[in-house]
Order: sequence, then C-alpha cells, then structure tokens
Amino acid sequence: MAEPNREGGVGEAHANHVAHHFDTAEQQFESGKLGMWIFLATEILLFGGLFCAYAVYRSNHPEIFVYAHRFLDKTLGAINTAVLICSSFTMALAVRAAQLGRTKALVRLLAATIALACCFLGIKGVEYEHKWKEGLLWGRRFHATLEQPAGAGNAVVQPSAPAGMNPEERSLIPPAAVGPRGLARPGQRAPGDEELGPPKNVQTFFAVYFLMTGLHGVHVIAGMIVLTLMLLRARRGEFGPGYFTPVDLAGLYWHLVDLIWIYLFPLLYLIR
Amino acid sequence: MERDETTTAGANPPMGNALGADNYLRHGRGLKSWLFTLDHKRIGVMYLVSILASFLLGGVFALLVRTKLLTPGNSALMSADHYNQMFTLHGAVMIFLFVIPGIPAALGNFVLPLMLGAKDVAFPRLNLASYYMWVIGAVMALISMTTGAVDTGWTFYTPYSTTTNTSVIMMVAGVFVLGFSSIFTGLNFVVTIHKLRPAGMTWFRMPLFLWGLYGTAIIQIMATPVLGITLLLLIAERALGVGIFDPALGGDPVLFQHFFWFYSHPAVYIMILPAMGVISELVSVFSRKHIFGYTFIALSSIAIAVISFLVWGHHMFVAGQSNLASMIFSALTFMVAIPSAVKVFNWVATMYKGSIWLATPMVYVLSFLFLFGIGGLTGLFLGALATDVHLHDTYFVVAHFHYVMFGGTVIAFLGGLYYWWPKMFGRMYSDLWGRVAALLIFVGFNTTFFTQFVMGSHGAPRRSYHYLPEFQRYHQLSTLGSYILGIGFVIVAVNLIHSLFRGRPAPANPWGGATLEWRTASPPPHDNFATTPVAGDPYDVEAWRYDRTIGGFVPRAAGDSPAVG
Repeated sequence: MAEPNREGGVGEAHANHVAHHFDTAEQQFESGKLGMWIFLATEILLFGGLFCAYAVYRSNHPEIFVYAHRFLDKTLGAINTAVLICSSFTMALAVRAAQLGRTKALVRLLAATIALACCFLGIKGVEYEHKWKEGLLWGRRFHATLEQPAGAGNAVVQPSAPAGMNPEERSLIPPAAVGPRGLARPGQRAPGDEELGPPKNVQTFFAVYFLMTGLHGVHVIAGMIVLTLMLLRARRGEFGPGYFTPVDLAGLYWHLVDLIWIYLFPLLYLIR
Repeated sequence: MERDETTTAGANPPMGNALGADNYLRHGRGLKSWLFTLDHKRIGVMYLVSILASFLLGGVFALLVRTKLLTPGNSALMSADHYNQMFTLHGAVMIFLFVIPGIPAALGNFVLPLMLGAKDVAFPRLNLASYYMWVIGAVMALISMTTGAVDTGWTFYTPYSTTTNTSVIMMVAGVFVLGFSSIFTGLNFVVTIHKLRPAGMTWFRMPLFLWGLYGTAIIQIMATPVLGITLLLLIAERALGVGIFDPALGGDPVLFQHFFWFYSHPAVYIMILPAMGVISELVSVFSRKHIFGYTFIALSSIAIAVISFLVWGHHMFVAGQSNLASMIFSALTFMVAIPSAVKVFNWVATMYKGSIWLATPMVYVLSFLFLFGIGGLTGLFLGALATDVHLHDTYFVVAHFHYVMFGGTVIAFLGGLYYWWPKMFGRMYSDLWGRVAALLIFVGFNTTFFTQFVMGSHGAPRRSYHYLPEFQRYHQLSTLGSYILGIGFVIVAVNLIHSLFRGRPAPANPWGGATLEWRTASPPPHDNFATTPVAGDPYDVEAWRYDRTIGGFVPRAAGDSPAVG
C-alpha cells in the first residue's frame, strides 16, 4: 500500500516518501492505514466463511467434533499459541523501534518475529505429519482405523420412546435423569456419549481442521514474506520517525494472523 | 474556434480541447508507458478496452445460444453438451469479466478522481495491480474455455460442479483471481473518497455517482472475500475431495448455495448501484435542472448496499430451507424495492418541468427508466413465495435478470460511456447515429426478453437444449430481437471508433455538467487539474450556458471564470 515514491533517491526523507497525489505525509499515512484496516476486514470475512462452515457442521453434528478433537495434540497447540503471542509482542516492539528510529533494534525484532513464525510452522508441520501417518485426513483421504472403546453401548441410558409412538417424535420426551442431555434423533448421538464408539463421518472434522489451519498457515507464510521485505528495507535504513508506515501496516497484518489462531485453537483443540 | 488555454493561464485550469496539447493520452509514448502506467485515466481506458472485448465475446456466445434455440430439437449448430457450455460461458464472461468491473473499474476509475478534483486514486499501484489481476483472471477463464470449458451454469452449483468432467477448477480459480481485482478497486475507491475529497466537498455535496461507487465498493469489500473462500472450498472439494459439500462424506451441498448467494446476491448490487449513480448524474445534466431529492438518492444507495446482504435466501426458496427463513428472506427482499423506488421517483421528479435534451446519453437514461422499472417490479414476483415456486428456473427468471442487468446496468453503462466519451478521448461522436443505435437496442432488447417473460410464465424451463414445440414462436421472436440488438451494438462500435479519428474536437464541457471533471480540458492533462479546484454544488447545472461558437458550455458569469460555477 502507500509505498514511497522512490524515484527521488535519498535525502529529504520526509518529502521523498509522499507520492505526488497526496498533499501531506499525514494524509498519505492515514490513507495507508485506512486501506490496511479495510484489507484486514476482507481477511476476516475470508475466514468468516470457514468459521461459518464450522458452526454449521458443529451444530448439526456435535458428536463428530467432540469425538474427533481428541486426536489433536493439545500440548503442541498450546505451545504454538504461546509462540504466536510472543511473535505479536516482538512485532509490537518492532513497530515501536521503527517509530523511535532505532534501526538496529528494529532489525533484530523483525528477525525474532520471523524466527517465531518459523517455529510455529515447524510445530504445525510435526502435527500434520502425525495426522498424515495415522490417516486422520479430510473427506476422501480419511483412512484411519478408529478404535472401539471397551464397554461400548450398554452403559448409557438412552431416552427412548414409549411403544406406539412415532420414533421421529422422540425429541418431545424430556431426557432421562442419568441420560445424555439434549435432543436425540435416530442415527445421531448426543455429545458426551463417545463411549459408544466412533460416530459417522469423522472425516468432516478433519476437513474443517485442515482447511482452517491450512488457510491460516498460508497467511503465516505470507506474513513471513512481508516481514522479510520489511527486514531488508529496515537494514537499508529506510524507516525512522518520519516514515514507518510499512512496518506499522505489516504489524497490523501480523496481529490479525495471530488473532485468527487465537480463535482457531480453542475451537479446534479445546472442545468439550 | 477552440478556446485557447493561454487565455485562462495561471490559477485557472485550461479549458477547451487539449487534443493537440499535453494530455494524458500523449503524456509518455510507447506500449511500456501504458502497461506500467499508474495514471488512473490510462488504467480506466485499459479496463474499458478489456471489458468491451469481454462483452463482445459474451455477446457472441449469447447469439450462438439464441441461434440454436430457433428450433426445438437437435441442432447442427451445436450439441447439447456444447449448448450447456455456451450458456455457462455467456453467463460467466458477462458477469465476472464484464458487468462487475464494467462501470466501477472502467468509467469509475477514469471519473472518480476527476470528480474529486484529485490527481489520482489513493493507491495507484494497487489500481494497476487490480487491472493485472483482471487480466490474469481473464486469461485463466480463456484457458478453461479452451481446455474443456465449463457446463455448470455461472453459479457452479455442487454437486454437479464437483462431478462434471469439464474444466471447472481453472474457471473457478480464474474467478477467484478476479475477486482480488474487484476488492482492490473497491478498497481504493473507499479510501480515495474518504481521504482525497477536495476543500468544500462534504459528504452531502459529493456527486451521486460517487455515492453509487461508494456503496458498490462497500459491497465489493464485504462480499467478495466470502465468494473467495467458497471458490477455494469448491476447488478443494474437486481437487482433494475434502467432502465439505459432498453428502456421501457428511457434507452439505446446500451450504454451497448459501455461501455462493451470500456473495452473488450482493454482487448484483455491485452491478446495479454504479449504474444508478450514472443515471443520477445524467438525468440532472440532460434535464438542465438540479437533481431532485439529493439526500434520498444518496442514502438509498447505502440502504441498498446494507439490505443487499440480507436477502440471499430468496434464491433458495425451493432448495429446502425452512418456511420461516423463506418468509423472512421474502420480506427483506420486498424491502429492497423501497430504496430502489425512491431513486426512480426522484429521477422522474428531476425530469419534471426540466428542459429535457434528448442527446444520446439521455436516450439511454429514458431507456433505463423503462427497463429497470420492468426489471425491478418483476423481481417482486420472484420474491413472493407463492409465485416463485411457479416461476423458479423458468425463462421468467432469465428475463427478469436481463431486464435488471442489461436493461439496467448495460444501458446505464452505455449512457455513461457516451456521456464521458468526449472527456476521455476529446472527440464528439455522431449524435444522430448514437440515438439510432440506442433506439435499436431498446427495441431489440424488449423483443428478446419480453417474450421470455411470457414464455416463462407459461412454464418454459430455462437452460434446456430441447423445448416443447409450443414455445417455438416465442423463441424465434426472441432470437430475432437478439439479432436487432447485435446490429445496434455494431452501430455503437462503428460510431464510437469512427469518432476517435474523424470526430469533432470536444469542448471541455460539451453537456453542461457542473461536476468537477468538466472543469478541465478534454482530454484531461496528466495531473488532471492545474490547480486543485474548489468544489461547489455538483448539480448547479444552470450556472453553465451553451456557447454556440465552441459547441459546448461555459460558465454563465461574465469573465468566464470556472470557479464561479
């Protein structure tokens, strides 16, 4: 976005960065910032589609999500969350360093942010590899053999319809005191009775998991490319108190990438 | 004859024709100066040429489809499979390559900064990137057409789109890339309107075309990403089998329809809102009268943009959604009619007691009012639950859609093109031939599509290769109309291209418009204005009087200072 007009070489740091169609540097900065916020809105809407799909499938088939989320590694997910939060912190410090004109600190902090992003992707790679080996994949590629936990079936009291009543109307009957809560329909299990064995269509959860984390991963990579460009420009000493818009905007983008993960982690790993 | 620029040198921008002087067309020579330009005017012109080429391609597809439909049975012209591909490509090319970028990216790009008295849009590089995204998307669509084409209809409904063996992935990926182009344009326009308005131009002193573009840009920004993720999911479904839309794997194909229409219903307002903006400009200028109900027209653009996000379910009345949802969507659909009607009434009120000047652009305005009126009202037939069950998937839907998109958007686009053509290229076209073509298009259009209303209400299903012999008369009449339309467009093309070489040099303000783009030379210089003009009332058209000696308008006040207007 609002990139500087580089035709004029160095010198007069302020005027150089103002493109010909802007009156002042402030107008240019504000335009860049507004543009970035609008772009971030489009990113949220892009992920919004996936969050929507998540909500639809989880509300239609909660048993799949409750059952399948146990195959995700909570520890690695938590570590990754911490890693990303740390990277947001270093990014915020980098923006501060750019504003204060501390070029050396800026370069170091950007490098730290990129390193943390690499760390995140590495851990994510380990997780993906486990899933791949066990065949816990999406839709057509799903080929894991799901275990039948011992003592399946009989232990749980199911709400049942009195004789002569249409089984479709079972949901009219209040749940038994010890039984699973909520409505029961034929072929669907209520959340909480995963002891009955794997539900149908477990692959749906992994489709959602790989789509959401995959798209997020692509955004992490895009962010790393942007941060690397910032790093190179920072080393040339392009940023200072008079001009730090690109670092600021890259920072906004990076925070958004972190924020999305902060929603993904509980939605996928911490289901109850 | 021409007013000399030097007489108004200094503080005032050059008035008159600048064909021989330094203008944006002559500023920098050679192919490279065009391909890498950051000038919004040149990008607008490149967009214009590109989308007109797409329009030609989509038009040829349409004529082929209509020609096949002359007979009810098998045709030597094309097989049933080719027919399916042909109507799909007609829809996809017209929607994604022509109508969506049509007015905003081509006319809007050229006019928006000029109307603001600005030198350029806020992000010129992003603007150029938007154009190249369009080119890449168009090339991908062309690759898809030559490697098996697509036969799903432009809506790409699952499960057919995930099982047909045509080149769906390439087309869908192309549309995904075109989405970037659309988002970039919208983002650029919103920031430009927020940050680059000149002194004296408050929100409610903005030309209404800018309100239209602003509403459009909001929808582009908020709806297109959802289409993006939908198309990515469709690609993932086809390429990897993620099963998210496949019932056999626990997925839900109706979810695709929800996602798709969440974008594509607002998208029809991406197409119509800028058209309404164009009409708002033209109707005031060619009635030589201040626009009536400015605030209502401006706010109705925003109202349409907001409501457009809440009506997508009316495409799915027969797709098994709950009765409650259908009723709510139906009621919301009816609400869209209110701001649309507010606009139409205000345009008609603007014409009332005006001195109407039937120049070519105004002929298109009148065309628009008739055709959009019919298109809009038949939309209510389809929004009503009971009648929709009867009319769903018939030719009635096809006719309604074309009345709004063609009779609305394309007609307004042509009106706008004729209106700003002298500003863009500094030449006047033949007004007589312009009006003849407009009349032919009006007659041809109604012959083509009004018959389809009749056919559809008799139950003729859309998109079918074979049809019952009882519909043959209608189909033949419709095809005849499409040929008349084709002839009309040939005259438009010849007239405009001829004007580029032989047209009379255009004055700075040939129509007497009071918006800022008429206060600079035709064609404008590279930097648009010598000094940033101060904005006044954009509809004070009576401040300009016709000057016979230059064939254009000059400010009414003595001394001819444009700043007085």
